[in-house]
Amino acid sequence: MAIGLDLAALALGLALASSLASALTVRAPHLLRLLVLPLFGLAGAAAVAAGLVALVQGEVSTAVLPLGLPWLPWQVRLDALSGFFLALIGVVTFAVGLYGPAYVRGFERGRDPLPVLGGFAGLFLAGMLLVVLADDAFLFMVAWEVMSLSSYFLVVFHHDNPANRRAAFLYLLMAHVGGLAILLGYGVLASFGGGFAFEAMRAAPLSFGWASVAFSLAFLGFGMKAGLVPLHAWLPEAHPVAPSHISALMSGVMLKVAVYGFIRFVFDLIGEVHWQWGVAVTAVGSLSALLGVLYALVQNDLKRLLAYSSVENLGIIFIGLGLALVFQGTGQGLLAALAFVAALYHAINHALFKGLLFFGAGAILHSTHERDLDQMGGLLRRMPWTGLFFLVGTLSISALPPFNGFVSEWLTFQAALQAWQLESGVLRSLIPIAAAMLALTGALAAACFVKVYGVAFLGQARSRHVRRARQVPLGMRAGQGVLAIMCLLFGVLPTTVVDLIEAVPRQVLGQGLPEATAHGWLWLTPVAPATASYGAPLIAFVLLALALLAVWAARRGTLRRARRCDPWDCGFAPPGARMQYTATAFAQPLRRVFALLFRMDERVEQREDGTLRHRLTVGDRAWGLFYAPVARAVESAAARIVRLQSGNVRIYLGWTLSTLLVLLWIIS
Amino acid sequence: MSITQLPLLQQLVLVLAAIVLFTSFVLLAQARLVSAIHAFAWQGGLAAAVTSVVAAAGHTPHLYFSALLTLLLKALLIPWMLHRLVHRLELDRHVDLLRRPALVVMAAVALVIFSYWLVLPMVQQELTFTRNIVAISLAVVLIGLLMMVFRQQAVVQVLGFMSMENGLFLAAVSATGGMPLVVELGVAFDVLVAMVLFGVFFFQIRANIDTLDVDRLNRLTETGGEEP
Amino acid sequence: MDYLLIASTWGLALLQALLFAALAPLLVGWVRKVKAWLQNRRGAPLLQPYRDLYKLLGKEVRVAHTASVLFRAAPYVVFIATWLAASAVPLVAVALPTAAIADIIVVVGLLALARFFLALAGMDVGTAFGGMGASREMLVSALAEPAMLMAVFTLAMTAHSTNLASVVDAQLAGGLVLRPSYLFALGALILVALAETGRIPVDNPTTHLELTMIHEAMILEYSGRHLALMEWAAQIKLLLYGVLIANIFLPWGIAGSLAPADLALGLAAVVLKLLALGAALALAETVLAKMRLFRAPAFLNLALLLALLGLLGHVILEVGA
Repeated sequence: MAIGLDLAALALGLALASSLASALTVRAPHLLRLLVLPLFGLAGAAAVAAGLVALVQGEVSTAVLPLGLPWLPWQVRLDALSGFFLALIGVVTFAVGLYGPAYVRGFERGRDPLPVLGGFAGLFLAGMLLVVLADDAFLFMVAWEVMSLSSYFLVVFHHDNPANRRAAFLYLLMAHVGGLAILLGYGVLASFGGGFAFEAMRAAPLSFGWASVAFSLAFLGFGMKAGLVPLHAWLPEAHPVAPSHISALMSGVMLKVAVYGFIRFVFDLIGEVHWQWGVAVTAVGSLSALLGVLYALVQNDLKRLLAYSSVENLGIIFIGLGLALVFQGTGQGLLAALAFVAALYHAINHALFKGLLFFGAGAILHSTHERDLDQMGGLLRRMPWTGLFFLVGTLSISALPPFNGFVSEWLTFQAALQAWQLESGVLRSLIPIAAAMLALTGALAAACFVKVYGVAFLGQARSRHVRRARQVPLGMRAGQGVLAIMCLLFGVLPTTVVDLIEAVPRQVLGQGLPEATAHGWLWLTPVAPATASYGAPLIAFVLLALALLAVWAARRGTLRRARRCDPWDCGFAPPGARMQYTATAFAQPLRRVFALLFRMDERVEQREDGTLRHRLTVGDRAWGLFYAPVARAVESAAARIVRLQSGNVRIYLGWTLSTLLVLLWIIS
Repeated sequence: MSITQLPLLQQLVLVLAAIVLFTSFVLLAQARLVSAIHAFAWQGGLAAAVTSVVAAAGHTPHLYFSALLTLLLKALLIPWMLHRLVHRLELDRHVDLLRRPALVVMAAVALVIFSYWLVLPMVQQELTFTRNIVAISLAVVLIGLLMMVFRQQAVVQVLGFMSMENGLFLAAVSATGGMPLVVELGVAFDVLVAMVLFGVFFFQIRANIDTLDVDRLNRLTETGGEEP
Repeated sequence: MDYLLIASTWGLALLQALLFAALAPLLVGWVRKVKAWLQNRRGAPLLQPYRDLYKLLGKEVRVAHTASVLFRAAPYVVFIATWLAASAVPLVAVALPTAAIADIIVVVGLLALARFFLALAGMDVGTAFGGMGASREMLVSALAEPAMLMAVFTLAMTAHSTNLASVVDAQLAGGLVLRPSYLFALGALILVALAETGRIPVDNPTTHLELTMIHEAMILEYSGRHLALMEWAAQIKLLLYGVLIANIFLPWGIAGSLAPADLALGLAAVVLKLLALGAALALAETVLAKMRLFRAPAFLNLALLLALLGLLGHVILEVGA
């Protein structure tokens, strides 16, 4: 029974070992890829094992650590929910262990300090593992802080660039504001529960008002960490500047740890949820999904685009969680479990395909030193394996069968479509509208990733260094390959995955999904076979069989070989690389249709020598609508408070005296 | 009672009422003046059709007179008068564009959901079979008022006002099984008189400020309003 | 005994899928014939699309120097995905097992897969035309998708299922019921079908001017058997939408059991419905003109509005309090 906890302890130990081992890289830089990253990957493998044990066994194991405060030792707990997230963390970490060594080779001769990269990565992993295992608020907050602080150092790794430093500072600032909100939320629960341990908080009697206060604080804090609109501004700044394998970890895993925190807080600790919260969560989720994908569409920087796409996918996860809250709050336990499973499935899917996409972006960066889409092109010929794996990633993120993204979207739609069972007519009309927004988001995501893949990998190279790109080393290809195969497996065998995942709602909500896989491993039937079913293996099999048939018929020579020729050019000059559609051009129709939501500045200037210059900047509306007023308010409040700083020693002593008097009066 | 349990004539009432709601959306977003007048004529005609089918299904013959009155007035006479007015004002090809049509239509959808929520307690008591249309008629009234808020041209504002009256008529038919005939005739003639007055006023307005854009009416304030 | 039954139902499902692929060019031939009659011409023979496909399959394939392996693989993916989606739609009989593999959301997903590869193929050669076609196609599909899914939701809220067989069965079991929600969903689906299959007023399937193309621009570089597969896939997609509209909203005549007499009646019924729909499409294409690209969002917003009104009509009017 304690195997799970032992494996988790092993994972933690390996993470700390990898962190300590990076101190050796001061003298021997090659140890980063020979020792530190392999230990990192092994920690991931141990975490996956621990998670799978917890999910399969479905039992709860707790332990008390000999650390922490004397009257409040740290407690850890491994149950199905922690197990799921352990497995999620572990999978991506293991892939980073494969991918990282080849990637960081380029940093060995650079000026950025290697011990920082290895050391803080290990601490980052340890922090995340402890957050997921924590059973009391104290350990949770300490681990949360470790996670945030170590990721700050990782983000600011390339510290020469002042833009990177600004981005990292914004990240740190918002992580701490969020952390404060979470702490206050725990404070509410602890004061009613009479202790900081989660067991005490579960038993806390909360009125509707106080429960809503705790929920709002948790939603604010965890939502900020998860990157929900309008608190998402740090995501597109921080994720692109970190090294690519760290970006994969942050986007793929850290955001899910925020989702874990939200689920643990709301569904487990508060327990009795209200449907009004679900409406708020679904609304925020839909807005994040739509705005995230729209902002992703207009980006030209590949990593920034992927960061905004993370905002979109977190929005989709929160749509699922919001639906679960609505159904749970109106007493529909089975439907709540369905929505919950859909949200969790999307979480693991996003970890897999976002990790894969960031690995691909890192591979492109490694080969061409280029992040701007408008400089890329034709990479499929120069980097065929990366191209293939990136194609799998884009197919998955666009929610296309037979890959994994489609299964989680299908499950979310099925959950939303069960809204007819609700009694409230208003909810019955609002939920399908949220589902329609989800559909719009999915179609826009497909458009976005057609743009990415078409501009970067297809067509002709738009710049010289891209034309000379080389294939990336085996380790990077292996890392991508592992994640790509998992994307395919999660898409083709959804029944196995749902079987594993449904242990989580059975433990958290008290209700599993017995019907979902009751008709055999071939059919995924979330509610009932007559309602909806998806035979994923059959579809994949038919697609594959017919494709092989086509290839066989072509190879047999019954079909003639193709001849090469020039592309169609209307009879004018041959089309050059610069005549292709650029990324900006591809997104132009959608940019024009949704112009209201962007802060666009488009100008055509004529310079003195007669040449024309087109300049387009597309900004995030959230800065003007939300952040600028908040920043101004903080500055004006600070300007007023600064008057306290008179510089006079006697006035300061006067403040000390009056504070002392007030405190003495209060405790008397 | 779900729709499958209603007899066919009553289902037809529901279908026609839904199409009336659709015409009010068309009125809201239609930019061309003449097409908007035609949409209003269709709305009136469909309201008359709803009334006559309610009369047939509920066996209340006095509603046939209401239907005939509405048809003559709302679907034929008033659109004809507006058409003639537009022709005399030389606005035949006038296009009155909405600046943010997507947002206005979304606001109208929100109004529909709001009126449904508002009417729910009333609907839960067992009224006659037409109770579901009360929400639709309230939505038509609110969308008519929304139209008057967002459209600038004076003739279109009249259409919004008339559309509100259509909604009220429909509400009367659905909630109370029609109004007493005397009230019906009185309302109808009031509307007719209002139309005549509108016609007269439009010429006056245009003579004074050279345009029928109601935003320009603020020139008549004491401070003289803003410069165009 | 049991295995024989299962084998025969799967065999019939396969036959229905093959029939889908076989009938698709006939529908396109019929639409062109009616259009010719409306233009006072005699028009090409009804079976001309079959001859065109046969001719193309035998012709040589020319591939641009800049095209990659994806360009050569895409026609196969597009055709297979579209055909798989079509095989899940009830054509002649309702009780076939294909409806259990893919419900309507999976059908939409498979069509999206086809469209993804079509757009990528357009961008592969590295000319401006392909990029333009791909960009416009993603615009139209992005705006059509919420309208389509909202119409699907309206149907699913009534039938309490997204399984196509269940939806058709629910409509058949209800008898003649006039539902406002179905009326609006029908309107929305018709508009979405026009947009997704690239017919006038959204896209002109017979244009030769590159700047007016959407679908044609993406397949501009294809020739020989690749072009045949792309064209056939587009024809199957048109037939798919036609059968969806005909058999969901007017399912009477479709075979409820697998008896030969029922199947024959089902085939005759669906052929009649498709003849009527094809003639209506030809009439619409003759009467309407193709819209400017940036008026397509207004068209699709109308489809979304209709679908929304259908949903609201269902919630407000059709379900008792």
